[in-house]
Amino acid sequence: MSTDIGDRELGGRIAGFVDDAIVPVAAAMARGEGPTPKRIVEAAGEAGLAGILTPERFGGAGGTHGDFIRFVETVARVDASCAVILDVHLSVGTEPLLVFGNDDQKSRYLGKLARGEWLAGFALTEAGGGSDAVAMRTHATREGDAYVLDGAKAFITGAGDADLYIVMARTGEGAHGVSAFLVESAWPGVSAGTPLRKMGLHGSWTGELVLDGVRVPAANRLGVEGTGFTVAMSALDSGRVGISAQAVGIAQGALDAAVVSSRHRRDAGLDVDAIALADMEARTAAARQLTRYAAALVDAGQRVTLDAAIAKLYATDTCVAVAQSAVDLCAPESALDDHPAAVRFRDAKACQIYEGTNQIQRVVIARHLLGD
Amino acid sequence: MDVRLNDEQTMIRDTVRDIARERIAPRAAEIDGTGDFPWDVVDLFRKHDLFALPFPPEYGGLSGSALTLNVAIEELAKVCATSALILVVQGLGGYPLMIAGTEEQKARLLPELASGAKLSAYALSEPGAGSDPAGMQTRAERHGDEYVITGSKLWITAGGVADTITVFAKTDPNERAKGVSAFVLEDAQHLKGFAANTIHGKLGIRGSNTAELQLDEVVVPAANRLGEEGDGFRIAMRVLDRSRPGVAAQALGIAQGALDYAVGYAKERKQFGKAIAEFQGIQFMVADMEAQTAAARAMVYWASQLIDDKSSDVGHFAAIAKLLAADTAMKVTTDAVQILGGYGYVNEYPVERMMRDAKITQIYEGTSQIQRIVIARDLLRG
Repeated sequence: MSTDIGDRELGGRIAGFVDDAIVPVAAAMARGEGPTPKRIVEAAGEAGLAGILTPERFGGAGGTHGDFIRFVETVARVDASCAVILDVHLSVGTEPLLVFGNDDQKSRYLGKLARGEWLAGFALTEAGGGSDAVAMRTHATREGDAYVLDGAKAFITGAGDADLYIVMARTGEGAHGVSAFLVESAWPGVSAGTPLRKMGLHGSWTGELVLDGVRVPAANRLGVEGTGFTVAMSALDSGRVGISAQAVGIAQGALDAAVVSSRHRRDAGLDVDAIALADMEARTAAARQLTRYAAALVDAGQRVTLDAAIAKLYATDTCVAVAQSAVDLCAPESALDDHPAAVRFRDAKACQIYEGTNQIQRVVIARHLLGD
Repeated sequence: MDVRLNDEQTMIRDTVRDIARERIAPRAAEIDGTGDFPWDVVDLFRKHDLFALPFPPEYGGLSGSALTLNVAIEELAKVCATSALILVVQGLGGYPLMIAGTEEQKARLLPELASGAKLSAYALSEPGAGSDPAGMQTRAERHGDEYVITGSKLWITAGGVADTITVFAKTDPNERAKGVSAFVLEDAQHLKGFAANTIHGKLGIRGSNTAELQLDEVVVPAANRLGEEGDGFRIAMRVLDRSRPGVAAQALGIAQGALDYAVGYAKERKQFGKAIAEFQGIQFMVADMEAQTAAARAMVYWASQLIDDKSSDVGHFAAIAKLLAADTAMKVTTDAVQILGGYGYVNEYPVERMMRDAKITQIYEGTSQIQRIVIARDLLRG
């Protein structure tokens, strides 16, 4: 049971999009045999949802973060691969441009992203620097009106399919030596590795992004030189709210499967694990409210670092626990590869890892409480 | 600023927080130690008009907002669960009237509860009817314009101090839920045939009055029956939908109080030459305690907001709020004792009291097991 929030018209559009564009491809996406990520974003663009946070004057829907999390949760309830594709495109792929971009950058890129003509990616993580972004090695060397970027980014969602990446690269030393750049995939020197074979989220592409002497015009530096880490952390604060919404959707999808299975058992005169169902529902409901609260804080212009970390930690731990219970409650059918509970179980795990592992979320939360 | 609260709610929360810190926190250990009902806290609530919180303005209350009431309960419970319970039960005893009372009954009985001139209680459980209230044995027999009530009620919070007590009794002993009716006893402690025996030896909430009520042919005017004969069970369940978020708020406050204390301690306590807050083993415990407490708060506020919005989903989310907040209070207070180590285990520090106080929130107004049954039944019905 849930009670809707957000704009009603947009809510109807989201429901229609999920029915028309996500439900038909969900099973194929889960097997890694669905449409490309870009095709999903194109479909969202056709429904007017590929720029849900982007102002209407730039071709977006002009929605709130409340609308955004509703969109991500609704998609994730049906298919988590599509949810992470859309979440990355909308949040860490687009929001830094909304928050830190100048008018020239916004006018060049926001419309394409918001209409779903282009897919956006976010490239922070490297092989040697996941949770420790300061250990970044990719560097950008200034040459006249351009920067030359060299390095490799790892575990990049959409790598190989995205058209525009927000890339963090070193322009100096330490945390203040990182800058953010808007890098088009068509530029010489940009290449991507073959998509990795993952445990779950098979419909979402994840891979290496290689930058080999890529000339990026200085006009494509996002924000002031040396503020890339600020851009990245700001994007992740809000991005974590999106991941929380994805986790809530996965948990709800798993719970849906468990409820269907439990009703069948009851109708067949078999015992039902009501205790497990209640705990799944309670945790999912709490995760949803934490996510809504964090989104409301973003919409109110408040700093959300702590509450986004809390939502991400709680919601993603919840989706893993709920999906695991769903596998138990749907046994033995859930042992099959394409059973809805099995798919959620595999998909859920990634949520505890990306956009900051839950160990990192605990560090963030503890720092707030225990720091001076 | 908490975006879930409006300006009035934020103001009341801050006011209650100050009262709790300055006036109640210094009394908490003593209240627990003596086990005496804290009449000074009742006077403090009267003076600051806190008893008005559960009631609407037309009956002498403030706003009647469940969210406003529950943020106040949370603040009180951070420092003293017993004191918070006094406000919880004033609401609990008043809800049957608010839900099912006639205009005349409400106008006659609610203002003195809203002012705190009279204390209230809610008498549903019996020795043999806890989670199964429809199995109650207490009888109410009609004689002309009166009912005569005979039976016993158990675990009644404030049962030995309350003036206005809603008692549930069978008007038709051949029926289960359909045979239950609700009655308001006025000036209960002085009624002929009424006896309250205070129960001693509780694990927690020791300053709270918990009583067994003996009703031996207690006479109640028919004008004090709530609703029709047979409406009692439905009223009792609607009251619990309304009151469970209040118990959840109490549990939430207990958890937050223990977390706050453990955080302060971890920053001060030095081992191996540094504050234990610098050890990741402590940091991760604290982070999980914070996340669980925040989740409980999210549900308490949401369930409260649904009450204020008159949503039909209240029962479901009230059960979830109660389940999550109570389990969280138990977990977080246990972890707080762990962070304080040996100091946590002795009553020189408050966290052992908080851990003892937490336990009752998993038991009263429906055990956590009953909440799960309520929640699962909703899911399977859909």
